[in-house]
Amino acid sequence: MNIPMIIKAVGFLAVLSIPALGFSDYVLHIAISALLWGFIYTGWSVMGRFGLVSLGHGAFMGIGAYMVTMLWNHAGITPWIGIPVAVVVSMAVGFMIGFPCFRFRITGHYFALVTLALSEVVRLLIVALRDYTGGSLGVTPDSVISADTPNSFIAMQFSDKVTWFYIVVAVWVVGLLVWRAVDRSMIRYAMEAVSQEEDAAASLGVHVTRTKLIVTMISAGMTAVGGAIYGQYQLYINPETTSGIAISLQIVFAAIAGGMFVQLGPTVGAVITLLLTEGLRQTVGHDVHGLDVMIYGAMLVLFIIYMPRGVLGRVIEVFENRTGGTSGPTTQPRPQPGE
Amino acid sequence: MLELKNVSAGYGTFQALFDVSLEVRAGEAVAVIGPNGAGKTSLLRVISKVIDLNGGEIAMEGVSLNDVPAHKIIEMGIAHVPEHRRLFPRLTVEENLKMGGFIASARSHFDERLAYVYELFPRMKERRHQLAGTMSGGEQQMCAIGRGLMSGPKLLLLDEPSAGLAPVIVQQVFDLVRRIREEGYTVLIVEQNIQQVLKVVDRAYLLEVGQIKMSGSSRELLENDDVRRAYIGL
Repeated sequence: MNIPMIIKAVGFLAVLSIPALGFSDYVLHIAISALLWGFIYTGWSVMGRFGLVSLGHGAFMGIGAYMVTMLWNHAGITPWIGIPVAVVVSMAVGFMIGFPCFRFRITGHYFALVTLALSEVVRLLIVALRDYTGGSLGVTPDSVISADTPNSFIAMQFSDKVTWFYIVVAVWVVGLLVWRAVDRSMIRYAMEAVSQEEDAAASLGVHVTRTKLIVTMISAGMTAVGGAIYGQYQLYINPETTSGIAISLQIVFAAIAGGMFVQLGPTVGAVITLLLTEGLRQTVGHDVHGLDVMIYGAMLVLFIIYMPRGVLGRVIEVFENRTGGTSGPTTQPRPQPGE
Repeated sequence: MLELKNVSAGYGTFQALFDVSLEVRAGEAVAVIGPNGAGKTSLLRVISKVIDLNGGEIAMEGVSLNDVPAHKIIEMGIAHVPEHRRLFPRLTVEENLKMGGFIASARSHFDERLAYVYELFPRMKERRHQLAGTMSGGEQQMCAIGRGLMSGPKLLLLDEPSAGLAPVIVQQVFDLVRRIREEGYTVLIVEQNIQQVLKVVDRAYLLEVGQIKMSGSSRELLENDDVRRAYIGL
């Protein structure tokens, strides 16, 4: 067992023990949010780390949140079925947007622009279908819990934050495992090759379109799960907080800030953004509208210029340079000593 | 082994190849020579199906490649070492070689072929943990050829292996090509460095503006007055 493993194990036990430490509901809420967003950002980085920069993941989050709530409110279908349905729909949308892009080689900035449009399309659709979705006002999943029955398994509604905490921890861990599975598969090599030299990768036998689609669909599916859990936890969703440009850019910012090339980077990004938002809310309040977004924007520029590997990526890099260790391939250039 | 019949290809409305027919027999080394813009690279790219075939027929060991997509060509035993190497610059040498053995049928042979490539090019073994993009041009060419060998191909397509390299290194690259030949690979090589390439191949085709203008043994082409005047400067 090496040092990073020990740090991970201790860190994980520390996370698990958060509810037992007697924090207030507010702290628990922040912890739940950090892990849930960490999961969503991890989902984004599954494709983002390979140069498939999506500015439209709000679309998949919106699909996840709204599919599940709509199925429950209008058809009485439990979220336990709703979530898999939402994942399938989200993957199908990922396929629909990905296939033409990848087949006709829309890459880089152009791909990002296509995805940007997608997130707005989903947001506008949610608003336009207001008879069903509640439009801009948002919607609440029909509640079945009350003082007498505080929890409903079927409705996936729990009034107890500790229960939510453990659900979200489980989802987050699954997210990290998916990230690692991709990281250790041939798909990772294939995608790194594709992102660096697409034609060369194809002539080595990489089915470029299919490989990109697999990664995109995994990412879309994960984000849909995140959106669905978000809706069930908050018991309120609206188009602005689950879809559209703002949320999509927040996802990109957090994943880059934390470090999209390392497993826990997106989670660190979630902690950073939450601390920033909550910190601003407590110090500045709501008087300066849009201040957090402005700071996000400025920080994004700074991160991309000075710390493209993100906070955690940078920390690991410094640590490795000290100890002389290597962590295998990275997507960012790393100078190597010559002869 | 490889046969092209009346092949036409191009990019969009621009046609790069007109009615090109050529043949590479098993065990042979064949060069396609010609000036800049003659369509030499396009010729290899159409064999690899990286660009679409507009007409004619391509067959490998009697099997038509016309409907085979780019990522399946390597499974037919054809490895393409592209122009300017096209290594994955931010992967290490060993990872680049690993990508060369990406196809399912090559993965079980990975260790033995890696050992073989390292034996052939000991320099690559020394550099195996270095990022490919940080190596010199000659080393990168070595890595690109090694990557091509990792799939265990029957036919190696080499696109301008000497391009962009210093004269001293060019010599070394042609030595590499000679060694690949001695290893028994069938080679189709495209080159502008005509005098050098004709020394390492058996036969050659002269390609000009997308058409085959001449073909023959290397000796015939070397001794041909037109070729000498136009391309060798004698």
